[in-house]
Amino acid sequence: MLSSRIAKGEITVIMEGNLCAFDNEAQKEAVYTAAAEQKTAKIVLDAKKLTEWDSTTVAFLYKLSKGRKEVDDTSLPKDLAHLVQLALRVDRKPPEAKDNQQEFLEKVGEGSLNAYTSFCRGVRFIQDSLKSMIRLVSGRAIMRKVDFLFALEGCSYQAVGIISLISFMVGLILAFVGAIQMQTFGVEIYVSSLVAIAMTRIMGAIMAGIVMSGRTGASYAATIGTMQVNEEVDALRTMGIPTTDFLVLPRISALMITMPFLTMLSDLMGMIGGAVVGTVMLGFSVDEYWQYTEKALKMSNFLLGILHGFVYGYIIALCGCYYGVHCGRNADSVGVATTKAVVASIVWMIVITGILTVIIEEAGA
Amino acid sequence: MISEQKNMIEVSDLSFGYGDFMLMKNISFSVKEHDIFVIMGGSGCGKSTLLHILTGLKKAAGGRIKIDGKNLWMPDQSLRKDIMTNCGILYQSGALFSSMTLAENIALPLQQYTEYSSKLIQELVSLKLALVGLAGFENFYPSEISGGMNKRAGLARALALDPKIVYCDEPSAGLDPISSHLLDDLFLEINQSLGTTFVIVSHELPSIFAVANNSIYLDAETKSIKGSGNPRELLQNPPNEKVKEFLTRGENIHA
Repeated sequence: MLSSRIAKGEITVIMEGNLCAFDNEAQKEAVYTAAAEQKTAKIVLDAKKLTEWDSTTVAFLYKLSKGRKEVDDTSLPKDLAHLVQLALRVDRKPPEAKDNQQEFLEKVGEGSLNAYTSFCRGVRFIQDSLKSMIRLVSGRAIMRKVDFLFALEGCSYQAVGIISLISFMVGLILAFVGAIQMQTFGVEIYVSSLVAIAMTRIMGAIMAGIVMSGRTGASYAATIGTMQVNEEVDALRTMGIPTTDFLVLPRISALMITMPFLTMLSDLMGMIGGAVVGTVMLGFSVDEYWQYTEKALKMSNFLLGILHGFVYGYIIALCGCYYGVHCGRNADSVGVATTKAVVASIVWMIVITGILTVIIEEAGA
Repeated sequence: MISEQKNMIEVSDLSFGYGDFMLMKNISFSVKEHDIFVIMGGSGCGKSTLLHILTGLKKAAGGRIKIDGKNLWMPDQSLRKDIMTNCGILYQSGALFSSMTLAENIALPLQQYTEYSSKLIQELVSLKLALVGLAGFENFYPSEISGGMNKRAGLARALALDPKIVYCDEPSAGLDPISSHLLDDLFLEINQSLGTTFVIVSHELPSIFAVANNSIYLDAETKSIKGSGNPRELLQNPPNEKVKEFLTRGENIHA
């Protein structure tokens, strides 16, 4: 039990019985209020009848004694008094709290500056990656073959399963949705053309890109981000080894090489998915379905899809590496870097697709 | 406060290995209540592994561990949880959660294992931080404070539930001599005031001599304990050349 008595400029705090796990807010609040009202009064701690205590008692006494000039703790048990004294000893004062209140204009200004800095950093990173690629072609890049092969392994046959499954399902869905509409006009057979054109022109590349962005781009950001946390990136810089050569180049090269092949695989699996709907649901023979697919397939569409895959490879690797290299120094920032890498690569893939489509349409392809 | 000392930790015939490689063979020792017990030895002798076994992170291949009279690897896992809530752990890097402030880090075990009101938890957090000399740093993130302060905050978190035992993995590693000295003083003060038993893994001789009143020396070659007792007494009367070489930093051997 806890109570207080005010007399002659003194506040006597009486502690009685067992004060272990002491969580009686009303009793504590009464003592705190009395102490707050008599700021200069001496506090006398009367613990003659205190039988048991623990950290909660120490916490109460610490809060009560903090900032007081005169505290009489002579009746406190020795260990309890020592702990309160230990807590009251200030080794180091915290720095002044940062003023987080910003004016609207200040916020806008800071936001704009940050956006501009990020933009410049991104442009510089693209420049560095292109320079690294030129150095690679001219045989001057500092890139270990084993790193390249390791990256190649991660984004080639290891990705075949997931890309096959997703593309097969997308082809299947595309054909199924298309078939429902085309059945109304009695032209179900054109489902094969729809799937063939859609997959080869863009869908194959996009599906491969989205899967690789979540699978490989995220892993690049997490790996390089963790290296940043462990100061491995700093070690490379101090050794004078360009990080873009050593860390970014093997990953960009590997993805740019494998993405066209993965796009082709995606195209094929999508068409197989469409064929399953065409033969099983719509009742066409395999020969019949293939005949219409072959008619719809155009080399220009197929090559455009491959080109998209190649560009996506560069974007995914670039975003993964960029956010990894610019990751913060704690575990949380690795998660943030990974999320940003995936989001940015998907957004940029769509933006670049839009730009490429306009350019290609203008060129009449 | 200190009465007749009972065994807080009892390890008997403990063995551990990775695959075919044995790291420890039939190790036995006990840690008395209120002791500051140091596990010392050269790099690779299994000090940190032994700490992982004591804290239940790794399971021994053989032997028995009793903490406060209870078997650590008992079949009932809920009882094991009870044992572990009586143990605080200070990791080598502090291991504070980077996305939480210091106050949130320390409040976490209190919120998980007690029924205290949020006001009381707040008071306890302030007290624990003040005890380790970090009063007023409640709203700082681990990335905003120094390595030494991170370790102190880690100690505050380890002390949050008033554990009977606090395990410390290389507490002095990476600290400047003054911070290391302050941390040693803190162990002594908390040991004296709260009666907490400390089990410290270390190879920092100044810290070992400053804080330990009991110790064991693990030997990587024989995979066993080559010496035990108060490190200052071991230095005066080393039981063998290995312990002497370690405690004198090899100076007597290479002189």
